[in-house]
Amino acid sequence: MSPRHADVEVGTEIPERTFPVRRLDLIRYAGASGDFNPIHWNERFARSVGLPDVIAHGMFTMAEAARLLTDWTGDPGCVVDYAVRFSAPVVVPDDDEGAEITVGGTVKKKHDDGTVTVALTARSGGAKVLARSTAVVRLA
Amino acid sequence: MAINPDYVGREYPASEPYQVTRVKIREFAEAINDPNPVYTDPSAAEAAGYADVVAPPTFPVILGMAGSARAVADPELGVDFSRVVHGDQSFRYSRPLVAGDVLDAVTRITDVKVLAGNEMLTLETVVTGADGEHVVTAGMMLVVRPEQSR
Repeated sequence: MSPRHADVEVGTEIPERTFPVRRLDLIRYAGASGDFNPIHWNERFARSVGLPDVIAHGMFTMAEAARLLTDWTGDPGCVVDYAVRFSAPVVVPDDDEGAEITVGGTVKKKHDDGTVTVALTARSGGAKVLARSTAVVRLA
Repeated sequence: MAINPDYVGREYPASEPYQVTRVKIREFAEAINDPNPVYTDPSAAEAAGYADVVAPPTFPVILGMAGSARAVADPELGVDFSRVVHGDQSFRYSRPLVAGDVLDAVTRITDVKVLAGNEMLTLETVVTGADGEHVVTAGMMLVVRPEQSR
């Protein structure tokens, strides 16, 4: 059931969700997005530039956090404005489990034009991977 | 080699319009593991009020990445791509992208600065439809890490 603007308040929380990310997801995302930076698929290269291991594309995390919003509102066209800062890498080990990204959101402001501002959080492996991340979404 | 600050304001237009297709939207939606039917099923998209399947909110990064790649490939700008990490990303939408859109994109360098030894390159890609109307603006900040951190 999609929330209505009238029923949402400052402080309303969007329940947290956890999304898996494995090496195969990064290969697939590289192909779909055109971002073939080797830090996202080549462990040898990632380590040579000082990273602990292969890391996920920041845009993969941003896409999963967007799912939280579009599944909440029920409409992918609801997003008016969306901005994130990548504060730590999502490290993806070469095993069957990979990593997990847990995203959550809280309504911070209600606007008169039918939109709300949502503050988003994302964690992976104990690190805060998104910072100062917000979206303005339109509700029915 | 440092990024040339004189390049703030320089524009890198796409050489040809970008055609948004059902196949590419499906590929992108599958890559982010998002099963929402409005990304893949034209009848579900139509029932939701769209002319055709809708692109996920972060899909326009394809145009932003292509634009930043054109800027980073400019040898005079002085960016070492092997040291680049993604610092931040934003989208300001006038409407979602849908299959059938034919889009123009212009990427512009909006800021170059140095902070704690890192060079920060900020780019903005303005995407417009065939009618000239604004569709989305994608902002991207790239951090070029210093040589010694390798």
